[in-house]
Amino acid sequence: MDRSDAHGHIMAYSTLIRVWLLLLLFTAILVFVSKTFHEALAVWAMLILTPLKAGLVFFYFMHLKFEKTFLKAMVIVTLGVLIVFIGLIFSDLSFR
Amino acid sequence: MTNTVQNGDSVFRSYLEDGDRKGILAWILSTDHKRIGILYLACMIFLFLAAVTIGVLMRVEQLSMSAPVFSPRVYNAFFTVHGVIMIFMFVIPGLPAVFGNFFLPILIGARDVAFPRLNLMSWYFFVFGSVLAVSSLFTGNGAPDTGWTFYAPYSIRTGTNVTLAVFAAFVLGFSSILTGLNFLTTIHRLRAPGMSWTRMPLFAWSLYGTGWVQVLATPIISITLLLVIAERFFGIGVFDPAKGGDPLLYQHLFWIYSHPAVYIMILPAMGAITEIIPTFAHRTIFGYKAIAYSSIAIASVGSLVWGHHMFTSGMGEVANTMFSLLTFLVAIPSAIKVFNWTSTLYKGSIELKPPMLFALSFIFLFSIGGLTGLIQGALNVNTHLHDTYWIVGHFHYVMFGGTVMGFFAALLYWFPKMFGRMYSEKIAFLSWVPIFIGFNMLYFTMLVLGYMGMPRRYYAHLPQYHTPHVIASVGSFILAVGLVLFLANFVIALFKGKRAGQDPWGGKTLEWTIPTPPPRENFSEIPVITHGPYVYNPEVMP
Amino acid sequence: MSFEPGAVHKDLEGAKLGMWLFLFTEMVLFGGLFLLYSAYRAKYTADFHRSGQELNAVIGVANTIILLTSSLTVAVSVTALQRGNKKLSLICLGMTIVFGVAFLANKYIEWSAEIRHGMFPNSPELLNHPDGVKMFFGLYYSMTGLHGIHVVAGIILLSFMFDFVRRNKITTSDYIKLENAGLYWHLVDIIWIFLLPLFYLAA
Repeated sequence: MDRSDAHGHIMAYSTLIRVWLLLLLFTAILVFVSKTFHEALAVWAMLILTPLKAGLVFFYFMHLKFEKTFLKAMVIVTLGVLIVFIGLIFSDLSFR
Repeated sequence: MTNTVQNGDSVFRSYLEDGDRKGILAWILSTDHKRIGILYLACMIFLFLAAVTIGVLMRVEQLSMSAPVFSPRVYNAFFTVHGVIMIFMFVIPGLPAVFGNFFLPILIGARDVAFPRLNLMSWYFFVFGSVLAVSSLFTGNGAPDTGWTFYAPYSIRTGTNVTLAVFAAFVLGFSSILTGLNFLTTIHRLRAPGMSWTRMPLFAWSLYGTGWVQVLATPIISITLLLVIAERFFGIGVFDPAKGGDPLLYQHLFWIYSHPAVYIMILPAMGAITEIIPTFAHRTIFGYKAIAYSSIAIASVGSLVWGHHMFTSGMGEVANTMFSLLTFLVAIPSAIKVFNWTSTLYKGSIELKPPMLFALSFIFLFSIGGLTGLIQGALNVNTHLHDTYWIVGHFHYVMFGGTVMGFFAALLYWFPKMFGRMYSEKIAFLSWVPIFIGFNMLYFTMLVLGYMGMPRRYYAHLPQYHTPHVIASVGSFILAVGLVLFLANFVIALFKGKRAGQDPWGGKTLEWTIPTPPPRENFSEIPVITHGPYVYNPEVMP
Repeated sequence: MSFEPGAVHKDLEGAKLGMWLFLFTEMVLFGGLFLLYSAYRAKYTADFHRSGQELNAVIGVANTIILLTSSLTVAVSVTALQRGNKKLSLICLGMTIVFGVAFLANKYIEWSAEIRHGMFPNSPELLNHPDGVKMFFGLYYSMTGLHGIHVVAGIILLSFMFDFVRRNKITTSDYIKLENAGLYWHLVDIIWIFLLPLFYLAA
């Protein structure tokens, strides 16, 4: 059970282990789908599962779920900035 | 470690007096943000003068119509090194490294930045990077000749010392990132009690926006430069057309940083101007929130316009159009600032002291730079103007007429507080004349030259361009004289200047409430803030 | 608030914020490489697909499991210390470091195999392949190489933390250094989470 100390919230061992198991599960699904099915489905699996895995690590292992909203926002902003960069570059690459 | 004050006046001892350590070690091992700011200033002035000298030599080359004064290869090295030093070692560190370091903690009522040791390390990275950059002039096959932009594939193929120069820029990037990280944390965590975000001085706001650009944009150039080194050493190939790489991707990655970099350059200068104008107009700033938020807007939108450096490089029409539109949009928050400064002057009680004169010059020169930027942001016009002297004129108006004039204005404003000495106002005014005249002779002529079609980075020119080149070169000599006069004023003041008082200008921000020069720990008691900055009409508290 | 000379102000939130800001720079650093990957993948889709199948997916997945587990152990290490269990904290920290070294060992095996097949930047073999394959391997070595450097840095960092915990320089009441080191390690894990499908699963 999650507890708090003088500095704030402590992640419970059980939570950490459950997150780890989920991560292993998602990885297994990802590998299975990319080996078994055709490319389009594998791409979808990757596009959904990979950010999900990263999100689990951010939110639980890195404690982001319990941090201030501002910090959560800036993680999103940083990722958003990268996506915008890629998007703007593709506005060049796709139409040359 | 005792908790009580052992020596009553250690609190009030000036930061300039040595404590436990003495001599040079007391400076280069100091984590005092004020000393670190001075260390940056000392290095940067030298580097600035070195780069100015190279610039003057370039103008000497253009005076000659017959035999070249320098070989083409040397000229290429000149404009490359001039650019690398000015951009990476002077204008980007610029105001944050000197005035941000010295004054940010004081302006927000703190004793130091969030990470003082990291701050010193930033300066070490700066020195290390600068040494590497200067070494690239004299080692290997000589100074790089690629231009400061290091475009692939030439930067991958040329035998000159690109690797060392590029690695130097990489190291300097660390300095910038750590400074930004430090300032962001400082502003978030160390504001004095009662200093809400909207009571912060606007220079602090500008450093905040700048900090985010430093943190989020600089790593892109870091990886790009690393990849150039990897290409030169291992033949990785990602920018090499012979291996299927796309050199245009190099340009994209390069400008994704280097355009926001110009906002790292200009935002703090605008912030300093925003401190100076209320003081010498004896009026509170007009539109505090507009200026604060426009800093964030400039940082954000300005990160999306980089393609305007590449209009003629072969991008598709869709990308060209989008970048042109975004470029026009980013002019809006900048213009908002100009309107706010001007409105602050209106019905103010204007005192034309040297900081104010340079601040007003900033507004004028930066506006020319910004407006020329709009012109070249138009796709059809850009086709004609790209890689001509127009561009060179434009960026010198914004970077020199903007940031460097802002730097000079800040130096004139804050020098008395930093060193406890007053300079000669007469010499300051006097130096302004050749600076202003020389500057416009040099750079306005470049706008004309570019319009006439003179390409940039050429060591020689056709006869029809000769007269403007002579005018520009003469202008550069006049400007150089002004710069020397301007800086000499401060050097003299350091030794012979009259002692400055606590508040020689009548400023209303926190730095003017502490002794001159500031004590080691800035404040004997951390102040409790009850109102915003620039309060000149106490009946009307912001 | 009056002045106390010699008092070093400790600001845990500030230290954490500083670490996150540094992590943002790492995200953008690798982001630039991901950007290049996406551009070249779009251009050379078939070549990327084929080249991905050449890489050893078994080692790739094994390394993924290793890093994911190492993230668990470092997170447990932090919780253990927060709860005063110094012994468990040290054991988990040690395990994290061992996992990191195992990752690097795998990487060494993997790279050696590729190099033996003649597939390395500027190799005569690679230069014979189509451009898309050259780009794939250029990015493969750059991205896994940069990641590997960060794994090394993480191992060194965690080793210092191990020593600090052992010598009680990091304690139950002051563990921000360990927490921050953990944050760094987790980011190294996250980058690998993205690298796995891009290079090994040929998706």
